[in-house]
Amino acid sequence: MSTYIKNFLKFQPLLSELVARDVKIKYRRSVLGVLWTLLNPLCMMVILSVVFSNIFKFDIENFPLYVLSGQVVFNFFNDATTSSMTSIINNAALLKKVYVPKYLFVLARVFSSFINLMASYTALLLVMVAVRTELYWTVFLSFIPLLLVVVFSLGIGMLLAAMTVRFRDIMHLYSVFTTGLMYLTPVIYPMSMLPGKIRMVVLLNPLTNYLEMFRDLIFNNTLPSAGALALGVGEGLAALALGLYVFYKNQDEFILNI
Amino acid sequence: MENDAIVAVDHVSMRFNLSSEKFDSFKEYVIKSIKRQVSYDEFWALQDVSFHVEKGQSLGLVGLNGSGKSTMLKIIAGVLKPTRGRVTVRGNMAPLIELGAGFDMDLTARENVFLNGALLGYNRAEMEAQYEDIVKFSELGEFMNVPVKNFSSGMVSRLAFAIATIGVPDILICDEVLSVGDFRFQEKCEERIGNMQKKGTTILFVSHSLAQVEKICDKIVWLEKGHLKMFGDAGDICRIYAES
Repeated sequence: MSTYIKNFLKFQPLLSELVARDVKIKYRRSVLGVLWTLLNPLCMMVILSVVFSNIFKFDIENFPLYVLSGQVVFNFFNDATTSSMTSIINNAALLKKVYVPKYLFVLARVFSSFINLMASYTALLLVMVAVRTELYWTVFLSFIPLLLVVVFSLGIGMLLAAMTVRFRDIMHLYSVFTTGLMYLTPVIYPMSMLPGKIRMVVLLNPLTNYLEMFRDLIFNNTLPSAGALALGVGEGLAALALGLYVFYKNQDEFILNI
Repeated sequence: MENDAIVAVDHVSMRFNLSSEKFDSFKEYVIKSIKRQVSYDEFWALQDVSFHVEKGQSLGLVGLNGSGKSTMLKIIAGVLKPTRGRVTVRGNMAPLIELGAGFDMDLTARENVFLNGALLGYNRAEMEAQYEDIVKFSELGEFMNVPVKNFSSGMVSRLAFAIATIGVPDILICDEVLSVGDFRFQEKCEERIGNMQKKGTTILFVSHSLAQVEKICDKIVWLEKGHLKMFGDAGDICRIYAES
């Protein structure tokens, strides 16, 4: 175990350089630069408010905020897992030449998505202040479900990264899968409008639980029940354990397939 | 004697599976598995190779193309895991395998210095201290804020060499790298490698230029089709190798 930690500390500067690279390249040659991480969700918000306050109407107060909060969580999951998936094959040139702990590439992608999450989370809070919704003290706890989503996404990301090295068509399948998953997560619709059977399916989706906890804390001044929290922690750790297991089982083979 | 070895290669064999029909999609894999068409041809790139290098010594690997030299270096560097046998390395390693592999073409030269330094295990502060030296050695002073994609291949090699040879690593791995750059820069590189040797760095060196190998190395490993043909002092082996 201590050799693992030592190895991680030796390569910790690499992790920060990789994250910095991801962020830099994303906003290279744009005048506003990193400000886009904040502006993007804000612009999104404007569109959503126009669409949802005129066309679709559910009886939820501040429906645009409801959708935006769903997007913050879901987009993070989508972004983190999709970019993790290709992290190993995109760095093939490097992995073939130099010894680097391979999980660092997955970790770096999840971290850079996490930076984006922080920006869109800030944007969400700004919008809440701007539209003068009531802010409760539970808002301060809303980072807990977000951290759980990060752990969950890291696990799924490692699993996908390891599998994609072997089977490239997962890349194409996964984008279809996430589109489906978005509709199985209450991002743009309220849970209350679902008929019984579909409701069950949506509840089976781990993201639903994280998102509901997040919304309860940020909008409804409600603490998550112990059961929901335990389920969230359990699902996050299970995903992480599965991801790590598959990744470590296969990582020595990566080099032969990239 | 084995205990003083900085690199000990112990009965190493490396097998590659060459799939007779390459498939990399899940669909194909399932279909082929069902039809039982998944077959592999085995290929042994290295078979039962053992040698060791003591601290301060330098080792050259010679052999024809496909004899397993690069595979050997990759195993020592930890990139590949040997199918059988064991490699023990004591001390830190600076790999200089194919210059510029660690560069991100979209980043500027300056940013790449820090990225590449991190790949070698140096943190930002250590790299700041070395930065001036790298710029000076690579002679790229006015190009440091230009993205590397706009560099010529000679410029890339110069920068990569300058980064890889900062500090005094215990082991430096060079795979065919001295054949880059112009005559003057090659001399500069050889000089720098010579200086590192004086400070006690062990060099693992692969080259097709026998003259270079003889100049730099004390010991030579001669590989032929994955087998160890000879291991011994540089002078003797170079003579035999040149005659064969």
